[in-house]
Amino acid sequence: MLDTLIPLAVDGLASAALIFFVAVGLTLVFSVLRVLNVAHGSFYSIGAYVAASIGLWIAGAGLNPWLSFPALILSAAIVAALFGPLVESCLMRWTYGKSEAIQILVTFGLFLILEDLQRIVFGVSSLAEDTPMQLLGSTRIGGVVYLNYQLLLIALAALVVIGLRVLLTKTRTGRLVTAVVADREMAQSIGINTNRVFILSFSLGVFLAALGGALATPTAGAAPGLGAETMVLAFAVAAIGGLGQIEGAALAAIIVGLARVLAIYFAPELDAVAPYIVMLVVLLIRPYGLFGQAATRRI
Amino acid sequence: MRAALFLIALVVLALAPVAAPWLQFVLTLAIAKGFAALGVAVLLRGGLISIGHAMFYAVSAYAIAFLARAGVNEFVLLLLLGTLASTVAGLVVGAFMVRYRAIFFAMLNLAMSMVLYALISKLYGITGGTDGMRLAVPSFFGVTLDKARFDTALYYAGIVLMVGVGYGVQRYLASPLGHALSAVHTNELRLEYLGVPVRIVLLIAYTISAALAGIGGAIAAMAIGHILPEFAFWTASGHLVLVAVLGGIGGVAGPFIGSLFLEVLHTVAVGVTDAWNLIIGVALIGVIFFLPSGLYGLIRRRSGEPA
Repeated sequence: MLDTLIPLAVDGLASAALIFFVAVGLTLVFSVLRVLNVAHGSFYSIGAYVAASIGLWIAGAGLNPWLSFPALILSAAIVAALFGPLVESCLMRWTYGKSEAIQILVTFGLFLILEDLQRIVFGVSSLAEDTPMQLLGSTRIGGVVYLNYQLLLIALAALVVIGLRVLLTKTRTGRLVTAVVADREMAQSIGINTNRVFILSFSLGVFLAALGGALATPTAGAAPGLGAETMVLAFAVAAIGGLGQIEGAALAAIIVGLARVLAIYFAPELDAVAPYIVMLVVLLIRPYGLFGQAATRRI
Repeated sequence: MRAALFLIALVVLALAPVAAPWLQFVLTLAIAKGFAALGVAVLLRGGLISIGHAMFYAVSAYAIAFLARAGVNEFVLLLLLGTLASTVAGLVVGAFMVRYRAIFFAMLNLAMSMVLYALISKLYGITGGTDGMRLAVPSFFGVTLDKARFDTALYYAGIVLMVGVGYGVQRYLASPLGHALSAVHTNELRLEYLGVPVRIVLLIAYTISAALAGIGGAIAAMAIGHILPEFAFWTASGHLVLVAVLGGIGGVAGPFIGSLFLEVLHTVAVGVTDAWNLIIGVALIGVIFFLPSGLYGLIRRRSGEPA
């Protein structure tokens, strides 16, 4: 049983790592902007398309194939630079302090816009580019073959958790972000440029989502409809961990990844249902998520 | 003035398929979605946003498909039983949902609808999975009709239902129970101090909204004749909220106006442009920022009444 479960677990954790990148971006944006961005998943699929296009271009131009690794990160950076500041300052900023219904609707409008933009720019066919996966090859441990690329994904996810924590607690920028999260008005009144913090955090969130998409291309490629699918999964992971909780999102991603593995092993038809069942159970018992804290009731 | 506008709108609706037969299917679907959007609008009045309401639309549609498979083949029965199925589902799900507010309410509804979506699309043996289920043309009040005649009958039945049920919902919203619902949005705590059981008020609203989505799902199922898991996907729920807000949640007519407007515009626009979602996304954001009471609010303002 373990012989089958462990490779499945690696597989499950690798796909959970991809969702984690999106979920942690969602959670970060939520805690700083206090807006649940329904369009967040679209940055994942745009990141995937940009990465696949650049990867195909590198392969076509006959450049060194190892360039495809920095290209993945570069793709995410391009998406973040294109959309982050623009969307935050032209759209998100006008929803701060409004009701959740309005915020969800505005971002749903953004989701529709981004889905169409993606279709117009990249078309409706799917793109596949797996050079990075091929380059890394595989490792044989105890008679089981693991894709090195999947192990890399898991390591990268762990690195992002640590990186974000260090960024938020040890650097000046991170402290500013934490201050704005703690008390927006107070932060503003002591002279913190909150607009800059908003743009920065939102762009970082977009970067993380696009990074998830870019890193997904070598194994899964880019396909239309990916944004909507990823959105709900990332949403489930962020909600299970508790909105605004970075480590919570990481733990939730692991739980969801393993739940899917167990589902695939015992009841394959429940594979796609597993994340949502976990979400439902967790939210019914702890509506604020595993790591979230209940807010005191306001009168 | 309003009564006149209302009558003119009804006459135009009743005559539209005579002038342009291709409109009939579009308008039937618009009425179906209008019902579901009205359900969403009822909840929005209580300050609750559901991004999972398409699940009740799908529950009713699939219930009808199962009933038809079991041999029930009568429009009235299918409509009633389909709506009953989603009403019961609404009562059960609602009993859990009314404990939550704001973003948690939205998230739980989303989770619930995605569980349903994933189950429907994976359980091939029962639901036909992503292939969906086919629905034969039912009889209409005992009369066996061909597909074209049934579609026409369904369309006019839809209009009658829209007026009848719409009136009922209007009475509900104007009743003390309906006012209590709006008051939950304004100040829930004060309502509790007054001795009003907030959760009961919300549960009734939730059940009604599920029933409305069920009527919509039933009409859609019989109009399309093919039921797919996409009925329950979260983007379908998002579209319902969009329709409700675009039309305006101030009155019962709002969601129907929004739905009719959108469906007709969509049919016209797909021939001209393929960036429909982009246009609708921009329009949605525009309406939220510049026209908060929706199209319905605009009409009311034009006819000299406070929006």
